[in-house]
Formats: sequence, C-alpha cells, structure tokens
Amino acid sequence: MIRPLQTLRQKPWLTQASEQLNLIPEVDSVAAARIALRFILAVVGVLFFLFVITYLARSQYPDFQSLAGAPWQPFTDTSRLWLNTSFLILASAAMQAGIWSAQQERQNRTIGFVSAAVFFTVLFLFAQLQLWQQLSQLGFYISTNPANSYFYLLTAVHGLHLVGGLIVLGYLASKTWAVDSVTAIAKPLQLCATYWHFLLGVWMVLFALLASSPQTINALAAMCGF
Amino acid sequence: MQHTAIADQIDTMHDPDTFITKYVWSQDHKVIAIQYGLTAVFVGLVALVLSALMRLQLGFPDSFDFIDPNSYLQFVTMHGMIMVIYLLTALLLGGFGNYLIPLMIGARDMVFPYMNMLSYWTYLLSVIVLLASFFVPGGPTGAGWTLYPPQAILQGTPGYDWGIILMLASLAIFIIAFTMGGLNYVTTVLQARTHGMTLMRMPLTIWGIFTATVLGLLAFPALLVSAIMMMLDKVIGTSFFMPALVSMGESLDYTGGSPVLFQHLFWFFGHPEVYIVALPAFGMVSDVLATHARKNIFGYRMMVWAIVAIGGLSFVVWAHHMYVSGMHPAFGFFFATTTLIIAVPTAIKVYNWVLTLWRGNIHFTVPMLFAIGFIFTFTHGGLTGLFLGNVTIDLPLSDTYFVVAHFHMVMGVSPIMVLFAAIYHWYPLITGRMFSDTLGKAHFWFTFLGTYAIYLPMHYIGVLGVPRRYFAMGDTDFIPESAQTLNASITISALIVGLSQLIFLYNIFWSLRYGEKAAHNPWGATSLEWQTKDVPPHHGNWGDKLPQVYRWAYDFSVPGAKEDFIPQNHPVSPEEHTAGEAS
Repeated sequence: MIRPLQTLRQKPWLTQASEQLNLIPEVDSVAAARIALRFILAVVGVLFFLFVITYLARSQYPDFQSLAGAPWQPFTDTSRLWLNTSFLILASAAMQAGIWSAQQERQNRTIGFVSAAVFFTVLFLFAQLQLWQQLSQLGFYISTNPANSYFYLLTAVHGLHLVGGLIVLGYLASKTWAVDSVTAIAKPLQLCATYWHFLLGVWMVLFALLASSPQTINALAAMCGF
Repeated sequence: MQHTAIADQIDTMHDPDTFITKYVWSQDHKVIAIQYGLTAVFVGLVALVLSALMRLQLGFPDSFDFIDPNSYLQFVTMHGMIMVIYLLTALLLGGFGNYLIPLMIGARDMVFPYMNMLSYWTYLLSVIVLLASFFVPGGPTGAGWTLYPPQAILQGTPGYDWGIILMLASLAIFIIAFTMGGLNYVTTVLQARTHGMTLMRMPLTIWGIFTATVLGLLAFPALLVSAIMMMLDKVIGTSFFMPALVSMGESLDYTGGSPVLFQHLFWFFGHPEVYIVALPAFGMVSDVLATHARKNIFGYRMMVWAIVAIGGLSFVVWAHHMYVSGMHPAFGFFFATTTLIIAVPTAIKVYNWVLTLWRGNIHFTVPMLFAIGFIFTFTHGGLTGLFLGNVTIDLPLSDTYFVVAHFHMVMGVSPIMVLFAAIYHWYPLITGRMFSDTLGKAHFWFTFLGTYAIYLPMHYIGVLGVPRRYFAMGDTDFIPESAQTLNASITISALIVGLSQLIFLYNIFWSLRYGEKAAHNPWGATSLEWQTKDVPPHHGNWGDKLPQVYRWAYDFSVPGAKEDFIPQNHPVSPEEHTAGEAS
C-alpha cells in the first residue's frame, strides 16, 4: 500500500509510548527546497497545461490558422525551431554535467559547466527573441491570428520561467562564492538542474504543439472533446 | 545544516532588533500574519461600504443621486472581488495560515521566511493596484466579479479602459503573492513538523489550511492564464476570448475568440476557490468546536478524509456555474453528478460537527457562538447549493437573487462566521489580552440574526424571479410590489449588520489596551500554539527547545485525567498507554 494511504489510516487517538513514534527525520534546507521545487513544478506544469488546453480549444474555431502544415507557414520547416531547441538541450546537459563535476569535487569543471549552461540558456532566449523578430518581419504579428498570439504568448511565458531560473542560479552562485566549496553547491544545483530539465520538457511539448499540422491539432483537440 | 525552522538551538535565528526589521520588513510569521490580517480587514471594510452603497440603491431606488447605473455595477464588482480574493483568501491563508502553521506544528517559523515577507509585500502591492482603480479615469471595472468577456473590455461597461487593466494586473500580482506564501505553507507543513507531530496528529485547522493551499497552488494558475490572455485581448488586440463583433455600430478587429473558454478557465479556478476559502474555515471551526465543547472532534480520520476528498472533487465541478452558458448539454449531467457527490463528504463534516456537540460540555463562549452559528449558515447555504447543482432547477433560478443568497450564505457569511470565531478564539494568544465578552456576544447576535434577516428574504425574491445585477427593476410585470418592500427590509438589515461590525472593531482595539490580561491557555486548549512559554509567543516561538508531541490534538475530557484536557506535548503515562492498547 502506498504511504499516503497508510498515513490516512493511522488512528491518532490511540496513545503510543514515545519510543513507538515515527519521529520526523532531521531536515536540512535542501530537503525543504526540494519539496518546494516539486510544488513549483506542479504549479508551472498546471500553468502550461492550461495554456495548451486553451490552445487546443481555440484551434477549433474557424479563424485559427496553424503555424505549420501549409508550405508558406513558418513552422512547416522546423529547422529553426530545432536550432533553438538544441541550445536548451545543451544548457540542460551542461547543468547535469556540472552536478556530476560538483559531486566529484572538481571545482573548475563545475564552474565551467554551469557557466556553459547559463551561456546556452541566454543564447536560447536571444534565439527565441530573434525568432519573434523573424516572424513579425514575415507578417505574423501577435494579433493577426490566434495561432500567432499563442506562439508569442507561450514562448514569452516559457522564457520568463527560464529568466526566473537564471536569477535563482545567480543567487545560488553568489552564496557558493562566499562559501568557496564546490561540494556545497552539488545538492542545490541538482534542484536547479531538475528545473532546467523540466523547462526543456515543457519546451518540447510547446515545440510539438506549435509545429503540428492542422490535422494533428484537430486530432488532439478531438481527443480532448473539443 | 539543519533547517532553522526546526532547530533546537536558535542561535541561527537573529532576533530583529530595530523597529523596521521587527514590524515592517519582518520575517517573523506572526508579524507577517498580522500584516496580512490588518490589510485584509482594511480592504474588507472598503468592500463592506461598497455593499452598503449597492444595498441603498436596491432598497431605495431613485433616492440617491450619487449612485448611477455605472457606479452601481462598479460597487457590485469590486465588492465581490475584494471579498472573495483580497479579504477571505488573504485573511484565511495569509493571516491565519501564517500565524497558526508554525505554532500548531511546533516549528519556529516558516521554512522560507524571506519569501514569506515578500509574499506579504507583493499582496499589499496587489491591493494598492486594485484600489488605485478607484482613482483612474472611468473608475474601477464594473464587469461583475467574474469579468466575463466580451463585455468586460468593451465600451459601455464601466471601467472598460483602465479599470479592467488594473483589475487584471492586480489579480496577477496577487497570484504571485499567493504562490510565494503557498509554497511556504505546504513546505512548512511537510518539512518542519516537530518531533512526534505526525500528519495524522495535526489539528484539523492545519489539514484545512494545507489542503486549501494545495488547491490554491493548482487553481490560481487558471486565473492567471485567463488574466494574461484577457489582458492581451484588451491591450494588444489578440482574440483569445473576444469574438468577432460589432460594438457601438462599429465592426471591431477581433476575429472570433471564445468567451465560453474564458468561463471554463475562470470557473476552473473559481470553484476550487470556494473550497480554498471553505477548507481552512472547516478546519478552524472543528478546533473551536472541540475546544469549547470539551470533547474530541467526532470522526477525526473521516474529517481528514473529507477535507482531502472535497479538495480533489472541487476540481471536477466547475461547470455547474455554466449551465446557461451554452456549453454541451451532456456536460450538465456530468457536472450535476459530481456536484451532488461533493455534497457527501461535506455532509459528513456537518454531521461530525453536530455529533461533536452531542453530549459535549458546551461552553457558550463568543468563539463557540460563532462556530455554532456557522453550522446553521453553512447548512442552509449548502442545501440551496444542492438545489442549484441540478440543471433543471438551476435554469430558472440562474442569475436571480436566489443564487446571490445561496453563495453569500455558503461562502460569504459562513467563512466570515468562522473568521470571527477564530479571531475571538486566538485573540488572547495573539495579543495577550482578553476581549470584552459582552461586546463579543452583542456582535454575534447582531451578525447572526442580521444575516438571516438579509438572506432568507433574498432567497424568496430570487424565487420570485428578481434578477441579480440590475440597477433598478423598473416596471416588471411578474415581480410583485411586495418584492420592493422586502428589498427595503433587506437593506435596513444589511445596514444594521454593517454598523454592528463597529462593535467588533471597537472591541478588538479597546481590548488591546484595556482588556483583561489573558491567562496562559485560557480556553484549556490542547494544541501546541497554546503551549508556548510566552503569550504572545516571542520570536522563535519555543525558547531553547522545540516541543515534543506525544498525542493528537483532541484529548479532551479523557476519563481518569486530572484536567479536562491533555496538551499535545504532555507525555503519555504507562497506564494511559496500556489503556490505549486495550481499546
């Protein structure tokens, strides 16, 4: 039986001798942050889930023109999206490599990998901004079609989450700088990496959605009952 | 390093030593709670005045020049939004959540005190942005608290220009504030409980606040999504929700968005919001009832299960607010069924409260009066909810005063009754003083009888078919003259209830200075917050050592015990342990 159910079946009105108590384990700051991160991921997950659901619902109205499918639509050729995605994949990979280095107490390599992660994240953000610019130059303005609106909105919200991640990483780096010990950063860095991987996953979903043909979107919408 | 919130040694907790760090930029959960509480009460009083203004118009139409149709709609909108979000949610979770969580679970503070402080100041910013809308051209939005597009952002609706923008911005800021606070509450409950405080030993107050916070964290994103998308529709001209339409004889640029989509999003947040408000109230009222009836809460485990079940079910009932929206009729069947199912755990809770009182040693203290009052108002509000949950009954009653009366009873009056019970119950702990019992009882009877004088006739005029949101009825054949007489009576009752809140305010502020000094644990409560060394508790709450918990929070009137309550941190005697095994 899973633990929550066991917990809910306890009979607290029965008194127990103190040695039988399940004492709460000693908890450190990282464990608290880990719990908080899980909730943050849940909140961010719900946020994007709702955006995606509304995207599918909105796609079923006649004025919706998907950004992929027809040859003249910008995301029929996904090479540019893949280029941007590769930056984020590299950022995520560098972050993971940073953790492994920190666990092996290799300070310079850790700093190098984390810096690379920051670099690729910033590169991804600039690449996304440039994609905005390209689309608007092609006449795909934010309010000309709901699919365009969603593209700008989803990429902006996703980008802002990455910026939030960079701020937290910066705070962590400044704290570690003061401590001057790379092992101290390993655990909190793991939390940052989880957040990065999660945002990479979110971006892959958004990518798939934005680059889907009208037929695929219609099929997805039908599955959701729209 | 062990986390400061649960460390035995408090060397790492720097006592705030200046006025600024102690009372303004404070990271102490108790001070933040009071900051949240005072701000929420202030903005709630603004909303109370707005309701008095709208009642004046309804009770005595054509008598007040300063209320025109536009300002009437603005009063309605701002009253609703402030009460639901900025008063109830903020006071129950930001106020009581902050004050009680660390104290009731035996922690020194929240696990992220700095973020907790940020949460309050962000909340204050959201309130300032909201209130600023009273002072911009066009005034605040008058779109109704549900802010339905397309009318919310179209010319013709009051505040369609700046008012709605500030409202949406304020909501977004509030959600950021709530998320920061909410992350703290759930993490603190899960990570910072003291030794022996298992989840099933937590008082129901904490279960209520914890579950409501989880609901809030998962439901507020829906409001954020709808606020962002509507803001873009308004400011940039996107068409997420705005259909292609002609306004004031002019064809607009919107290309065919879906207003119903907004309604789904709004109510995906809006219905859990009812329980975000109700669950902490359920928890607190359970603790007040048990303490003042000197009896263990009836069916503790079932109460916890019911809280969790209600929390889960609250996410699958939202479209019962949308039976008349034009959604697919099959949805009505599904959502009516889930709505009726959610009544089951809710009814279990009501039975358990009543059974807690059954053969208890009931002390009619002020908190107890409000708690019992809550059982009445909540049962009445809940039962009319069963009417409205059925599609066939909802259709004729939709958008009438029956709905207004229902939701005011169930999520207006009821949580407010609990809030008063809670304020009176924990006042001695928070301030170290007792309030005036006589004034408290006067406040109760004015409020309790007054709300019935308001809402019972309101159900009736709803059944007559009087529509809500109308500035004036005019000549409407199917509404008898007598409905207007009832409306005048409701208004007079509302004004009396509104004014009687001055008794409460006077009592609270007078007692701060002149109230009798509170004894340690004056109600004989078992939960940890009353077992602190100092009253009110000092920074760090517990002195050098954290409390050790040995039992649940409801050991009242235990046979053979010296007193009629045994605090949670009281060790278990060998005899008691043997008796426990035998049972």
